[in-house]
Amino acid sequence: MSGYVSGIFVILCINLIFAYGIFVPAATGQINLGGAGFQAIGAYSAAWLSSVAMQPVWITIPAAMLIAGMVGFLISFPVLRTRGVYMVLATFAFGEAVAGFLLWTQFFGGAIGMVVPAHIELPVIAICAAAVTLFSFYLMATRFGMIARAINDDETVAVLMGVNVRAAQVAAFAIGGALAGLSGALYAHNFSFVEAQYFNSFLSIYVLLFVLIGGVQTAWGPLVGTLFFTLLPEFMRIGGSWRYVVFGAAIVLMMALRPQGLVTRALIDSLSLRRSLARRSATGG
Amino acid sequence: MSGETALTLKGVTKHFGGITVVDRVSFDVPVGARMALIGPNGAGKTTLFNLVSGVLPIDSGFITLAGAPIENMPPRLRVRAGIARSFQNIRLMPHLSVIENIMLGQHVQVAGLASLLSPIAWQRRSQWRELALSKLEDAGIDVDPDADVSTLSYGLRKRIEVVRALMSEPRLLMLDEPAAGLNPRETMDLTAFLRSIAQDGPTLLVVEHDMSFVHELCDQTIVLNFGRIIYQGPTRGVGDDEEVRAAYLGRRRATREGASPAA
Repeated sequence: MSGYVSGIFVILCINLIFAYGIFVPAATGQINLGGAGFQAIGAYSAAWLSSVAMQPVWITIPAAMLIAGMVGFLISFPVLRTRGVYMVLATFAFGEAVAGFLLWTQFFGGAIGMVVPAHIELPVIAICAAAVTLFSFYLMATRFGMIARAINDDETVAVLMGVNVRAAQVAAFAIGGALAGLSGALYAHNFSFVEAQYFNSFLSIYVLLFVLIGGVQTAWGPLVGTLFFTLLPEFMRIGGSWRYVVFGAAIVLMMALRPQGLVTRALIDSLSLRRSLARRSATGG
Repeated sequence: MSGETALTLKGVTKHFGGITVVDRVSFDVPVGARMALIGPNGAGKTTLFNLVSGVLPIDSGFITLAGAPIENMPPRLRVRAGIARSFQNIRLMPHLSVIENIMLGQHVQVAGLASLLSPIAWQRRSQWRELALSKLEDAGIDVDPDADVSTLSYGLRKRIEVVRALMSEPRLLMLDEPAAGLNPRETMDLTAFLRSIAQDGPTLLVVEHDMSFVHELCDQTIVLNFGRIIYQGPTRGVGDDEEVRAAYLGRRRATREGASPAA
């Protein structure tokens, strides 16, 4: 595999894990526009543990997940007091605050960033991405996943079914934080260097787009959204600078034509063999 | 009837701005009763449901469920205490299938992280799914359990919502206009179904405009007008009450008001 192709695969895998970190809370109706903040926490945790505390990757990566997950847990309490566009703004502010904190703190290298000594390659990252994808599909198949979708549909009725909406949303936010943190840790160990400027608001916007345009109804959404948006710009390289215009136009078109996301439950149903067979046997007598 | 009360309201009051929508309402619903709550539009019937289920907080008064005070209890705990309800405008989860909507109703029966994290969507034979399927069958609802609820008829969705409310095994089942929009055949089926579940099941409190349905199903009736109770007693006496006729039923006899061909 050429360096270019494996490089794209690494980005694809990291983006996918990152996207699931945004998807899990989004499935419960929470829009997180501070994704880069959680990824930065994971990346810097791993970087610090690797370069200063000299820990091996099997410690730095789980620890980075745990730290980002804890931050997600704690930040969910103030964030969940807000709704709709205010939640988007609150999470955005969180992402900016994290980037600002890292940029101005000498302990984390400030504007110079940090070198990450322990290196990991594509296979480890690909295994992590596969594991996170499986985990997300599993989570959405559980009663927790069903409750998440119910909350997204109608929070009031979910409460009247006895669902502890707040607890489910806090859990989803913490899980999302941990997954975004994992993506950051993998990034740090693969690129061997972290700097605060990388974890900017564009990154938060892109990953949220992967998820929203892919669709939040099923775990297929982030997978399709990430594949599409990571590979599309690569295929469009031949077009030179025009690719940004085409890319932007593609986003606007998708939002206009398919606001519910590319992948919906109805689409999965119509593609599902089991369902179509069941329907055929039902109608065919 | 055992003489115990399922639900008691004492002086329950609710204001929206300067308007008093529920005004010092007090009544008892005995255990096992099938009670109707009727009245003109805007009388406060749905608001009363919202106060009892906890969607809205009360401004003053007391609500007790089987003797225990619930007026300060969060709504999700009132469900656990035994209150289930349906909605005037159907509120099934649009992105959940029929069976998932029913299984959502089981939520208060589910205990522990293990059952919360078992992949029910991948288990075609789970006890939860089997139970939900059998409840659908009991209610005489014959649909593809994995169908999208938005593809179903209004009448079917209305009945699915009743089944969903029943899944929590409530002691008090509150139905907000369950017969509205149903055809005569469906209304008859629903009446029979509700009578059968009320045999040894939940106490019923039903908001309804269809008076023939009320006469068929409910032995007792409360009439609300401008947030106040103007009649409380046996359903068969409601049509003879002068105040009720003036406020709600009009000049004609109650039994003929809103009578459907099925009656």
